[in-house]
This record gives sequence, structure tokens and C-alpha cells, in this order.
Amino acid sequence: MSTTTPAAAASPAPPPSPAPAPRWRTQLEEALLPPLVAVLAAMVVGDLLILSVGQSPADVYGMLLTGTWGNAYGFGQVLFKATTLIFTGLSVALALRAGLFNVGAEGQLAAGGFAAALAGWLLPAGTPWLLAVPLCIVAAGVGGGVVGVVPGVLRARFGAHEVIVTIMLNFIVLALLNYVVSAHLHVPETLHTPDIGGGVIPRFGGPFTGSAANASLFVALLAAGLVWWYLFRTRRGYELRAVGLQPDAAEYAGVRVGGVWVRAMAVSGVLAGLGGINYVLGYKHYYEEGFAGGAGFLGIAVALVGRNDPVGIVLAALFFATLSQGGLAINAVVPKQMVEVMQGVVILAVAVSVPEVRRLLRQQRRAA
Amino acid sequence: MSQDSVHSTPSAAGAAAVRMAGIDKAFGPVRANRGATLEVGAGEIHALVGENGAGKSTLMRILSGMFTPDAGTVEVNGRDVTGWSTAQAIAAGVGMVHQHFMLVPTLSVAENVVLGTEPRRGLVLDRERARREVRALSERTGLRVDVDRAVSRLSVGEAQRVEILKALFRGARVLVLDEPTAVLSPPEVVELWNVLRGLRGEGATVVLITHRLDEVMEVSDHITVMRAGTTVGRMRTAETTPAGIARAMVGRDVALAAALTGEAAPPPRPPVAGGAPALEVRDLVVGAPGRPRAVDGISFQLMPGEILGIAGVEGNGQTELIEAIAGLEPAASGAIVLNGADVTARTVRERGEAGLSHVPEDRQRRGLMMDYSVADNLVLGQQHRFAKGMALDRARIAANADAQVRAYDVRPADPSLPARALSGGNQQKVVVAREMMRDFSVLLAAQPTRGVDVGAVEQIHDRIRAARDAGKAVLLVSAELNEVLALADRVAVMYAGRFAAVLPRAQATEEVLGPYMTGAHSEEAA
Repeated sequence: MSTTTPAAAASPAPPPSPAPAPRWRTQLEEALLPPLVAVLAAMVVGDLLILSVGQSPADVYGMLLTGTWGNAYGFGQVLFKATTLIFTGLSVALALRAGLFNVGAEGQLAAGGFAAALAGWLLPAGTPWLLAVPLCIVAAGVGGGVVGVVPGVLRARFGAHEVIVTIMLNFIVLALLNYVVSAHLHVPETLHTPDIGGGVIPRFGGPFTGSAANASLFVALLAAGLVWWYLFRTRRGYELRAVGLQPDAAEYAGVRVGGVWVRAMAVSGVLAGLGGINYVLGYKHYYEEGFAGGAGFLGIAVALVGRNDPVGIVLAALFFATLSQGGLAINAVVPKQMVEVMQGVVILAVAVSVPEVRRLLRQQRRAA
Repeated sequence: MSQDSVHSTPSAAGAAAVRMAGIDKAFGPVRANRGATLEVGAGEIHALVGENGAGKSTLMRILSGMFTPDAGTVEVNGRDVTGWSTAQAIAAGVGMVHQHFMLVPTLSVAENVVLGTEPRRGLVLDRERARREVRALSERTGLRVDVDRAVSRLSVGEAQRVEILKALFRGARVLVLDEPTAVLSPPEVVELWNVLRGLRGEGATVVLITHRLDEVMEVSDHITVMRAGTTVGRMRTAETTPAGIARAMVGRDVALAAALTGEAAPPPRPPVAGGAPALEVRDLVVGAPGRPRAVDGISFQLMPGEILGIAGVEGNGQTELIEAIAGLEPAASGAIVLNGADVTARTVRERGEAGLSHVPEDRQRRGLMMDYSVADNLVLGQQHRFAKGMALDRARIAANADAQVRAYDVRPADPSLPARALSGGNQQKVVVAREMMRDFSVLLAAQPTRGVDVGAVEQIHDRIRAARDAGKAVLLVSAELNEVLALADRVAVMYAGRFAAVLPRAQATEEVLGPYMTGAHSEEAA
């Protein structure tokens, strides 16, 4: 490569590059440091907010931690909230990997929850558990998938931008479900559907008794594993990521870009729809207006902080669930809106710190 | 690093218009410049040469303020300007003409030239004064162009003149041209040299990035040679030879140094005997944005064991022709027949299975997934052949990668690196290796050695000839006439979407082809 020759004898061969750090370490640093920096930044902002309302940051953070990870009930609530966020985070991330921004996870989540409730209600009493639960789960996936595939088809066939379409579909789906429930399916004097007859997912017992945590968590973790396998180990996943990174190269590789968009939005919708089982099958056993409660939108933040990687998404979902549950724990001393401000700061900090921290890491490595 | 090197002594200190020393610049894992040095005397034409990927463009972008160096100093006219901005560089009279033009297509030539420094009357653009001033500049410098024309209606050569006018209008005294001749026909090149000599006569300094040694010898006063990000030599043009420069560029004596200097003889090849064509194109029309007939009714037959080389100035429909044959652009009309089967309506993948292989002209946009590993890139387009049920067969992908990386000498020899981390030449080796892996009968090779270092050019040319000798049909498109002449058995010249001429290799010389490339003979050919 760098042999010296008569003409080049006037100057030395290019200097050899320094021995690089092991790649796994490089990758680990680049994966972990940016979110950590973001969390630290959020905590600093949190400090200032807490001080501004005349409280001690240490006390408030202590309360936040004991109220969440410090006792079984609180931790159960964190797990419950994280379960939905894992599903919606995976949904947003999978679409983003295909280069599509799915802002419609909220509507897809609601549709999935509604479909699960409907399936559970329609099932004849006494349907064996082993049949009822999978059926209801499939119904949730189909409900979300139907809503998800629409923007995919509109994008592939007519070039309609998926951001606009998914935002509008949120309004349409939520309004439609509200109408159907309030006009035809609600239990008198309430805003929810009748209880499901089958398909109940068992809640956690033991120390978690009383919390909403349920076995849907395992479905979520299984989904995270499957999404990872699909994205990084299958041919379809290889093609999906190619479309997201370089559509021109994907086209060159014989991938039908429009087909990938449709498929990605369908699967993305299925994932968000599955999130509905956590509340409907695992907790309340009915569909209730507004149960999604922003978990679909928070899924965007989860995917961003989790860097569109299933492992990162599980961690990010736990983090945001902790903040959300922690907001309730500290409500007595500081407004829980403070926690929402911190969530926002984390998202902003991640957006800024990912490229910045990586740049610093590389600079440091070169200097080393 | 560069302090240890002994360069031929530059002209007297203080007379330098540009002095760059110890420049380091890295992009991620790629160190584009390491201790690069450049000294350009005032009022000279200075050639900056080196293989592609040697760091020439990076060094010039640092000079023009687009990049900030990681280390080193930049001086212009004796003033330390390290890390300045493009605005400051323009204000100080350093102008750069990029390989890819940065013009507003819907505005006129005059409006483009004055953009950013518009003469105003009150709040509005003084259109008349703009036209007058731009026309005067155009006449004074010999950069002939109609100032009222919309830029979208200019030829590539004219657009380049507008770019140079723009830099001069802003008062550039140091003009940097990045590979200016890549898009020009031979007569346009001669004209450009006259303009540059005229500018030098007026005291302007010109830095010319190129890797064509004939140009270097013809027009430059001094030469700086770069290799692997660093400066390996500075010489006076009058005191060196093309072979000497080529050796410095490559760092070793390769046969290809001869090819670079235009001394390579075409390989002998008997005319193809009759038989069924491997590829037949009939009356093909392909549209492109703004050009409904970018390919304007082309017909030809390509025989097994033949290389048909398409020469021509870029932008005459070559890209659209290749993309249409590959299935990436729809044909507006006409037929594409592959081994006797009409594939005009087939998908990219179906054409691949029918025996088509394609080295695309833009490897970074089409040919490679820049963030995928080399191993994953070596199955791009053939991923279904490396699947086991739904999953990819990772063991076979890894084994294939090891074999190809070894066979094509891809460096670094680590298939887990992202394609982005490789030099242009090694990236291209990955593309060529992958396309040669296919069970193909027709190879589309578009600009197969663009931006590739010299050693790799030789290897890629050998592989293309080997494919031809094995009975494959090759359709070669290259903007480098030398490359077409070195490989082709038949030469076609493309002009304005048509073949202006199709000649046997023996009759195709630069002198014969030149007029066809500029459209001078297009009437009789059509």
C-alpha cells in the first residue's frame, strides 16, 4: 500500500493510522453515552425547576425514585406504562427504519384496543383461555394494522405524505371510535364498552398485586425480539432498512420501494395496535374513550431516544414510564407538569446530543 | 509528518498566493488529509493532482472555507485565514468552481452570476446593470455565454462558464477549479485553457484539480501531487514528465501509469461472428425531468463476447439509456430484448434473473448501501439468493464476503466495515465483485472506474476484459474517452439522446470521435 518509490522518495509514505479501539467498545460508547448525556441535561433542567418552586432537588428526586422503582406497586405501574410504550415505540421505529414517519400510532393504538375489546366481548362465554387470548391479541394487531396500512398505500400509490395522512387518520379513527362506542356499544352511564367475556391477560400477582402490571409485558418483550430479528436478520428487514437509508440503492437492488412502504406501515400499525392489549385485555377489560392517552405520541419520543433499536426502545420505554409514574409520586410537592417539561427536555437533548456526543467521542479517540 | 519531506524549493517566500501547511482533516474513520501541504505562487496556474480519494477536493474545500481543518494552517496572500468561512473566503477573493454546479436553473445567466452581490436600484434588482456588467465580464475573459438565457437551457460546458463568471464577478483572484474538464468536449477544453491563460495574464491565480496528466502538462506552471491524504511532491511542470507524475501519484510503477498518460494500446480483438444478440435495443425513447426525449430513439445490438463502448460528453442521455435497460427508468416507447426475451416491462429483479448485471454510474447513490457492511453490500441485489427461508443466511454471506474481499483485494480486508469507510476505489471493487458474482450474460458498466485510484482502474479493466473473453456482452459507458478506447471493440458516440456514430474500434480515434461528441456531425448520422 505504502511502498516507497523513486518518485516518492522525496517524501515519506503516508503515516499509518493509529490502532483503533475495539469496535464493540466504540459502538457501545456511541450507543449509550448520548442518551446518558441527555438524561443528565434533563436532570439539570429539573433541578432548576424544582428550585424555582422552592423545593430541594435531592428530596424530589428521592421521592420520584421511591415512588417508582422503590416499591412493588410503583414499579408495577412503571412496567404497565412501559408495556404500551414499548409497542408504540417499536411501531414508530419500524416505520422510521423504512424512511416513514408514523405519527398515527395514537389512532392505531386506539383501534387495536377497540378491536381487542370487541373480539373479547363477542367471544362466547367459556371460550378456552388458550384460544381466546390469542384471538383477542390478533384482533388488536389487525385493528391497528388496518389503520396503519392506509397511509402506506396512499403513499405508495399516490405519493400522499404519510405524516399528513397519519395525523388526519388520528382524528378520523378517534372520532369514529368515540361515535361507535357512545352511540352503540357503551354500558349505560359510562363511556366504555361492556366487559370482555374472554381473552383476559392475567395481572401480575405477589408483591405487584394492586398495580396494573400484567403479562402483556411479555408479549411486548417478545415483539421487541421479533422486530429486532425481522430488521436485522431477515431478507425483508434488509430490504426495509435499505429503503429507509437509500431508496435509490434499494430500487437498484430490485426492491419495490412502494411495496416496502405498504408492508412497513402495516407492520407498524400492527405493533401500535398490539399496544391496546395492555390496557384492554390486561387491565380494565373494556375499551374506554381516551385510553391511549398520548402513549402513541410518546412512542415517537421512545423511538427517538431508543435510537430505533428494539433494545434501546425497551430501555427508553422504561425511562419514560418512570418519569410519567414519578410525576404522580411527586405531585404533592411540585406540579407534575414539571415531569412533562423534563420529558420534553430529554427529547430535545437527545436530538442535540446524539450527533454532538458522537463527534466529541471521535475527536477524543483520534487524539488518543 | 510533512515537515520531514523535502519538496523542490517553492518560489521566493512572500510571493505565495496560497500556503497551506500540515493540514489534517478526518471524516469519521476516514482521514482525508493528513499533513497535507500546498504552496501556490501568485499569478500561476497550479495543478493539484492525485488519484481520486487522495484528498485534493478536501484540501480545496478547506481553502474555500467549506471545511475547517482539524490541524494545520492556511494562509492566503500572507494572511493567516485558518478556519475561515466561505463568506470570508469569497470576500478575500478565493472562489471555487465545484464539480457539481450550484446554479438556479430557472434564473437567467446574468441573474445567477450576480446572485448574492446583486446591483440594486433602491430595493429592486437593477436588471439592466446586471446584464451589462455580466456581459462585459464575459467578453473581457472570453467566457462566452448568452447572459439572458435561463440556466436550465444551457449545455454543461456553458453552465461551467457561468460558474467561473460567478466566481470572477465576486472578485475572485484565486480561482479553484475542481475537475473542470470532466464534463467538457475536447474543443471546450481548449477554450477553457485559453480563458485560464488569459486570467493568469491578468494576474489571477488558478488552482486546477485534475487527474488527467495530459492537461497538467499542457496548462500548468507548477504541480503538487497528493497521495493518501498527504502531499508527496511539488514540481515545476517544465522539468517533469507524465510518467514521473504518474509514479508519484501511484507510489509505485504500474503499467497503468502508461494508460493514464494515454500510451496504452487497445487489446486486439477479432470482429464478432454472427449469431443471436445478447442484448437488443429497438427505437428506445426514455424521458427525464425537463427532457421528454433524453434518449431519443436508439437502436443497437450487442453480441456475446463484445464490448460496445459509448463515448460522449456527459448528459447526452447515457445515464437514462443505462437506467432504462436496467429497469430503473421506464421506457416511453421502444423495446429492450435480453437473450431473445422482451424485458421492457420487467422489474429490476426479473431482469437480473434473466442475465443482466449492472455496475451503476453512481456507486454512492445506487450501487452501495453506504451504512451497510461490505459483506451485506456484496449481496445487494442478490439478497434473495442468500436467504434461508425468511432469514438471511449469514454464514454464507460471511463466507462469500471473505472470498470476494480476497479475490478483489478490497482494503481494508474487513468485511464488517461499513462501505462508507472505504475509499472510492475499494468501494467500486465491492460493486464490481458483486456484479461479477451474478450468473450474467450482459454487463452494463457505467463509468466503471470513475473516482477510482489507478491500481483499481487496472484491475477493473482486466475484469471487464475477462468477462468479454468469457463470452459475456458488455455495454460500457464512460466519460473518459481513453477508457472507451482502451476497452471497447466497437465505439458509439452519444449526442443529444442519439448515437451520432457507431464505429469499429480500429476507426475510432480521438480526432474522428471529437466532432461527433460536440454534435458537429449529428445531422448526417441521424
